[in-house]
Amino acid sequence: MTIKEIQDSIVEEFSMFDDWMDRYAMLIEMGKECPIIDPQYRNDNYLINGCQSRVWLHAEKRDGKIYFTADSDAVITKGIINLLIKVFSGQTPADILAADMSFLDEIGLKEHLSPTRSNGLLSMVKQMMLYAEVMNG
Amino acid sequence: MNHLDIDKIRAQFPVLDQQVYGKPLVYFDNAATTQKPLCVIERERDYYLHENCNIHRGVHYLSQMATEAYENARKTVAQFINARQPQEIVFTRGTTESLNLLATSLGQLLVGEGDKVVVSAMEHHSNMVPWQQFLDRINRTELDRINKINRINNLLVIRMDKNGVLDLNHYEELLKQRPKIVSIAHISNTLGTVNPIKEMIAMAHKYGIPVVVDGAQSMAHQVIDVQDLDCDFYVFSGHKMYAPMGIGGLYGKMEWLEKMPPYQFGGEMVDTVSFEKTTFNKVPFKFEAGTPNVGAALGLETAVKFIQSFDRQEVEAYEDELLRYATEQLSGIEGMRFIGQAPKRNGLVSFVIDGIHPYDLGTIIDKMGVAVRTGHHCAEPVMTFFGIPGTVRASFAMYNTKEEIDIFVKAVDKAANMLR
Repeated sequence: MTIKEIQDSIVEEFSMFDDWMDRYAMLIEMGKECPIIDPQYRNDNYLINGCQSRVWLHAEKRDGKIYFTADSDAVITKGIINLLIKVFSGQTPADILAADMSFLDEIGLKEHLSPTRSNGLLSMVKQMMLYAEVMNG
Repeated sequence: MNHLDIDKIRAQFPVLDQQVYGKPLVYFDNAATTQKPLCVIERERDYYLHENCNIHRGVHYLSQMATEAYENARKTVAQFINARQPQEIVFTRGTTESLNLLATSLGQLLVGEGDKVVVSAMEHHSNMVPWQQFLDRINRTELDRINKINRINNLLVIRMDKNGVLDLNHYEELLKQRPKIVSIAHISNTLGTVNPIKEMIAMAHKYGIPVVVDGAQSMAHQVIDVQDLDCDFYVFSGHKMYAPMGIGGLYGKMEWLEKMPPYQFGGEMVDTVSFEKTTFNKVPFKFEAGTPNVGAALGLETAVKFIQSFDRQEVEAYEDELLRYATEQLSGIEGMRFIGQAPKRNGLVSFVIDGIHPYDLGTIIDKMGVAVRTGHHCAEPVMTFFGIPGTVRASFAMYNTKEEIDIFVKAVDKAANMLR
């Protein structure tokens, strides 16, 4: 699936819930399914700044595509990083760099997460873009 | 039963009467800042509507009126904490500025190279970092600077136990090392521990060491008598005691304030000025450089009168009952672990739930309309001590109710079930 297709399906999934509790329940579920980072990378070098809870992110390139793994000590944060991983993992650096991130507004994540988390979310996106930039070409 | 009319009190705080995410707001973040009663808001508004003027310098009517009002506010605050004279009150922006003033000015007066300062293991960053950085500044040599070596090991830290109680034997040991200053919290912002400061002050005085008390968490809740405590300094923030933000105070014994060098320089704090020499104004003006926050000082005065309009013992008993009830109700939740279980606690309950990150819990209960603080509460060393990333902290004020505690406890329980 393309990044756009994955984003659309996430937006559709989230739009099924009108209640915020259900959306959080879904994020928590996503947190529990997050592809977990190899313990050797769970250190300060892979820590993303700007998140109030700690988030570690690792990326590797196979066959021209980037695969992300992550972890966080907070499950909602882990859910958010997994949401981004679902969108970006298995995509080419060029596609990641060209991605339109406005779907975050559509599912209300940016708007409804608390400001510190929202900053964390932006830091996560930035970090993934940074990996894509370094691994491009 | 007490005679406080909580409904009537709540009517004074319009901000409480609102919905967030479609749920009635439960405001339990009072240790961060309390809400402001109408009388305080109106006092500050009135000042800007009718009285606004720069003080201490105009000969004209408005300036004289504003000066008088500002100095009356000083008197009211002095009486509130039983200072000997109004001049012993220096208006500051709050506790943080007061402590920076002391670390700089009292530090400069008393602390030389190699000298030590005592704080406790439960201090807010505001009562630790200013001392730490001051000690580093005076002890680091040019070579240390090049090698990027910190010289902060002159900061002595009173140990605490697992319940969040300070070890007074260890304190005595530290005093024997003849530190120059002791600076301790009256009530811990993270653990709620009420420290035995009167006893601790007397212990330090036996060695001739002055004591600074961080009263940020106590002013709204307890009757403070600086003469009875015999503290050398007592610092506080207005915004944690129903007053506006941007105003606070520093009480200091006159004998100290007179000896201490100024903290900031500028207008108001000077006596005569030439390019060759400047002489400084007298206490407290020497410490109030620039135009002060007059409107907020008047708001602080009104907040003090607001607090004084109640029977303080009744308020204290009511708030203690809220704390007792919250602790009792929370303890039924699976995996509940209270952080800070000192026998004498005040105003707040701090906890973690096994396997659940405080941020997750705080995020979910926020959606249920409950405002608490999660995180390290500007006391990272305390979190390190307990081996946790942070806590959930619910802190109370006189306008809170048991019904709100019920909502809060239900929210915590529901969130915990979602997150497990």
